[in-house]
Amino acid sequence: MNDMIEAVRLVLAWDVLIAIMASAVYGLVVGSLPGLSATMATALLVPVTFYLSPIAAIATIITASAMAIFSGDIPGCLLRIPGTPASAAYTDEAYAMTRKGQAELALGAGLWFSAIGGIVGTISLVVMAPMLAEMALSFSTYEYFWLAFLGLMCATLVARSSPIKAIASMLLGLLFACIGMENPAGTPRFVFGVTNLLGGIEPIPALVGVFAVSEVMRAMVTAAPPKLPDRKFGSILKGQWGLTKKYQWQMWRGNIVGIIIGVLPGAGADMAAWVSYAMSKKWSKEPEKFGTGHVEGLVEAGASNNASLASGWVPALLFGIPGDTITAIAIGVLYMKGLNPGPTLFTERASSMYALYIIFVLANIIMIPLGIAMIRLASRILRAPRSSVMPVIILLCAVGAFATGANLFSVFLVGVFGCVGYVMERNGYPVAALVLGIVMGSMVEQNFITSLIKSDGNPLPFIERPVSAVLASLTLGALLWPAGVWVFNRMQRRRAAA
Amino acid sequence: MTDLSRRTLLGASAAAAVAAPLATPAMAQPRWPARPVQMLCPWAAGGGTDAVLRMSAILLEKELGQPFNVVNRTGGSGVVGHAAISQAAPDGYTLGMITAEICMLHWQGLTEITYRNYTPLGLMNNDAPGVTVNVNSPYRDVKALAEAIKASRPGQLKASGTGQGGIWHLALAGWLNAMGLKADHVRWVPSNGAAPAMQDLAAGGLDFTTCSIPEARAMLDANRARALAVMAPARVSAFPAIPTLKEAMGLDYNNGAWRGIAGPPGLPAPVAQAMEAALDKVFKSKDYQDFLLSRGFGAVYESAAGFARHLAAADISLGNSMKEAGLAK
Repeated sequence: MNDMIEAVRLVLAWDVLIAIMASAVYGLVVGSLPGLSATMATALLVPVTFYLSPIAAIATIITASAMAIFSGDIPGCLLRIPGTPASAAYTDEAYAMTRKGQAELALGAGLWFSAIGGIVGTISLVVMAPMLAEMALSFSTYEYFWLAFLGLMCATLVARSSPIKAIASMLLGLLFACIGMENPAGTPRFVFGVTNLLGGIEPIPALVGVFAVSEVMRAMVTAAPPKLPDRKFGSILKGQWGLTKKYQWQMWRGNIVGIIIGVLPGAGADMAAWVSYAMSKKWSKEPEKFGTGHVEGLVEAGASNNASLASGWVPALLFGIPGDTITAIAIGVLYMKGLNPGPTLFTERASSMYALYIIFVLANIIMIPLGIAMIRLASRILRAPRSSVMPVIILLCAVGAFATGANLFSVFLVGVFGCVGYVMERNGYPVAALVLGIVMGSMVEQNFITSLIKSDGNPLPFIERPVSAVLASLTLGALLWPAGVWVFNRMQRRRAAA
Repeated sequence: MTDLSRRTLLGASAAAAVAAPLATPAMAQPRWPARPVQMLCPWAAGGGTDAVLRMSAILLEKELGQPFNVVNRTGGSGVVGHAAISQAAPDGYTLGMITAEICMLHWQGLTEITYRNYTPLGLMNNDAPGVTVNVNSPYRDVKALAEAIKASRPGQLKASGTGQGGIWHLALAGWLNAMGLKADHVRWVPSNGAAPAMQDLAAGGLDFTTCSIPEARAMLDANRARALAVMAPARVSAFPAIPTLKEAMGLDYNNGAWRGIAGPPGLPAPVAQAMEAALDKVFKSKDYQDFLLSRGFGAVYESAAGFARHLAAADISLGNSMKEAGLAK
């Protein structure tokens, strides 16, 4: 109990509160700029943390990353440009809602369920950290291989186009993921002597290119869409409680999936959003509405990516293993501030741990008022004429891509992917599946090759180990299910004809 | 008024540009640094190199009175940033941090740039590789592990710590060589950095890892892993309980992921001297030492001349390890 009081005292210090507020605003702004991801927001904070007290330092990282993941939904919803990879899964859906004049509902759902996801994720961190960490440690490369493979399967589930086109564009993404020398053999592939390609294709320039630049190109060749009725945004939180009740089951499923995926090192908020969106569609009572501006998937995926953010701290705090790129940076800060990860952090430094929990909850609560302000501000963009918005977007894309590595090559990549994305969309290939392939490709390959090296080329461990057996059957099920349905339908028809 | 002053400024700088080649080095730089200095980091923000460079930059600013701005110039597995430092104008306003990879990439044929294309200014840190096993491993000390390695079939034991051909892979190859074994006697399982390797070690998927002790630290603290030795000439100050290879098995082999500050070739002598003196003070400062200790980073320092010798030696030894392991072109 004393620890708890001490923790409240730690958090209520003025420097911590200022740090939370400032980093909240900062996270919201960075996350909403296309090309500047939540990871980037966190990385840029590191030098600032040198000057802060330990609790304030951690508070900035927790707050900024939670805000950035949420505000990545804003440009995705208003302009069809995901601010962070975690929003890419449901960008099309949110944008469709905007076109239907339901922008406030879509953004409100993103905000409300992000906050709920973040809080539920924090509770899981408080209650089940040791148990979840144990689970994460039992995952070896075999299990990760299946998990990543299952993630790839989501491409077919999420897409509205034909599954064949979805798989084709996912495979193209896998091909892009082959570029560079960041592969298990450490051998350069498809680099054609270009030094800049050695590091491979980063997901951020690809994402910005296929979504944002291709959208601008489309706007240039098509007539302006019918102007949205010029009206004031309605209440942003109105109707969210109704949604919470209506989609309660989906929300909980999103939270739980997010927590599980977040805890597994290497699979972060991006994957959580994809898997949850795909699950939502798979088990929805009205899957045909997905992609046309239906809020159900947003509820589940929005909760999921923020839940994963909190649970990603579990392996980081207990074993110093980063759950995602954000916690990878956070671990460095923890060490620098003397809060060394490990079980002793939970026992000897319990007050600091409680302070951390309180910050998590606090960050997710202030996300709601600040998020509403941000949405109101951003919504003005819908009223601006298209001819003035589009050049600004191109500028932001270029700046965002350049900012990740101070390298002009990323800006060039954004342009290339813009063209690729434009051609693909024109022909009905979903660009989201391409991004999924690029994000997951190296994970699939890395874990497959590593597993085979460890087993001396023996494939049996992929199905022998209990957890991997379950994941393998899930994956094969997802793979064979459409084929099974097709055969079944054919037989039904034949019987009907006979 | 503004227009006038701008024109005068332009004229002055044009005059300076004409005069500069004639007057270097004595007149062009009466006092360096006269404006902010850009520090390039070839690796991403948030990583270990980034942290060391940013800390150094903050302290350099205190010493020299001008801001030292860190810019992460990433891409191409470090090639892009390293090339940018080497190819910068040698005026002292673009410097950067070079890492062990500069003595590895050219052996793989990935770049033409070697350590000779820099003006070394100071080695700021060196993280030595460790030998770490799962806490339930039968090997109580590094001697027992070495015996087991010698008795094993080639490829029977598995180790990891980073990607194929990465610095910890070379540490393993060099260690095996030093024991009189082939560089691939223990099979290397490439991983995406040290953290996944440590996780797989804890999950029981590997026999040992050779990543640095600070990278293994959390698992050691959580009592999931046991560090048997460190491949360094002396014990690491943040981990005084871990013996060196020499103490534990009488083998004098050491290696490490080092980081140092360097500039492009042909840096003016006053700049190099000012930097060398400042880096010496930075390294000895309490702030820098506390920083290294808190992160568990190895406190190893070499002055400009020492760093140059270190680079030459590292280039040969890493090159040999890479050839032995079949990684060099």
